[in-house]
Amino acid sequence: MQYHAPTSIDDALRLLAAKDGNCQILAGGTDLLVRLHSETGDDPESILDIKRIDELRAITPEAGGWRIGAAVSGAEMGEHAGLVADWPGVVEAMNLIGSTQIQGRATLAGNLCNASPAADSVPAMVAAGAMARIAGPEGARDIPVAEVPTAPGRTSLGKAEFITSIHLPARPEGGGDAYLRFIPRSEMDIAVVGCGVALTLDEAGICNAARVSLGAVGPVVMLVEAGAEALIGTAVDDAALDALASVCSDAASPIDDKRGTVAFRTHVAGVLARRAASIARTRAGGAS
Amino acid sequence: MSKIHVTTTINGDPVDYLCDAGESLLDVLRDRLGMTGSKEGCGTGDCGACSVTVDGRLVCSCLMLGAEAEGREIATIEGMADGETLHPLQRKFIEHAALQCGICTPGILVAAQSLLERNPDPTEEETRYWLAGNLCRCTGYDKIIRAVLDAAKEMREAP
Repeated sequence: MQYHAPTSIDDALRLLAAKDGNCQILAGGTDLLVRLHSETGDDPESILDIKRIDELRAITPEAGGWRIGAAVSGAEMGEHAGLVADWPGVVEAMNLIGSTQIQGRATLAGNLCNASPAADSVPAMVAAGAMARIAGPEGARDIPVAEVPTAPGRTSLGKAEFITSIHLPARPEGGGDAYLRFIPRSEMDIAVVGCGVALTLDEAGICNAARVSLGAVGPVVMLVEAGAEALIGTAVDDAALDALASVCSDAASPIDDKRGTVAFRTHVAGVLARRAASIARTRAGGAS
Repeated sequence: MSKIHVTTTINGDPVDYLCDAGESLLDVLRDRLGMTGSKEGCGTGDCGACSVTVDGRLVCSCLMLGAEAEGREIATIEGMADGETLHPLQRKFIEHAALQCGICTPGILVAAQSLLERNPDPTEEETRYWLAGNLCRCTGYDKIIRAVLDAAKEMREAP
């Protein structure tokens, strides 16, 4: 195995192209190193560490929102006052992952590319309308975060491509977001169900835009269109929250496993949607 | 297989070593540098026994490659005491009997020191959340939390 630590995106792309796919990107490494040391015998020929590329280590304002480099850790996100003020749900989702030690290394882009259906940050990013910037041989392209994972452990990225940053749009006037997950204890576990909500209230307190997403209740994180429809045009009151909970439970198509049953996950999808929407409403300046 | 030459700083001292591409920083510390204070509990980032700081940031050394340490500042448990003088956290762990078998202790001390550098006056809840990634199968945690809070108090009151 070889270790490469290029200092520019172009150098990283040249290395990736030369390796013809047998190369793993190393960002925080909290998933990759566990796989490397699991003795599966299918180690990559090369590891490409992107943390020496300066522009991937920064959180920078862009178009009223924030561009988060692919090598930025969860701890760095949590310490960034501007980012926390604009997208508290996304930052909280990222900060729920693992321990203090994991937060010191784990990245948003890594959580996305690991492509776990239960990834905490992904429903929050999908609700926020985040875009992933992908570098490749033909240049950079931007795609919605929801289009990156295609199945558990699989992404839509080509062999010679990698994610260089995530862009969170400008927080709209009257906007608020939230992410909640269910785990059987208070810390250090993987989501049994996760739910992200981002919504906007007009001056009268009526919801005029919403995005609702669910994690761990299907092979990939899903955007629940019917959830948005349940909220838009309402004051996000009890009746709207009941409707939201109902459509989110309907949208869930989970599996039974040791962490939760189909029946439990289906029910909890609705419960979390209701609670997350309520927090997002408060953050948007609506009645708490 | 050719080895990677790494130049780094550990506990303030310049250090050079050769390592393999896939070798963890923890394995480098223990097997190449003889610094066996950092422990391997799980090797998957769950237990925190291998905690070190890298450029001041608390991490699991089992989840970092030795090659990544190039040019960084690493701090391990071996750098905590000042010669024969124990750090207040180390002293309070002994006073409060905050350990039994001791395998988790170096990692907890490094993690607790990292907490107190950021927050000299943490609440019990903040301390418990900060240390949630450090598992201890002996103590039940209460004595550990009391030792950390007592050390924090002493450090705040120190002239």
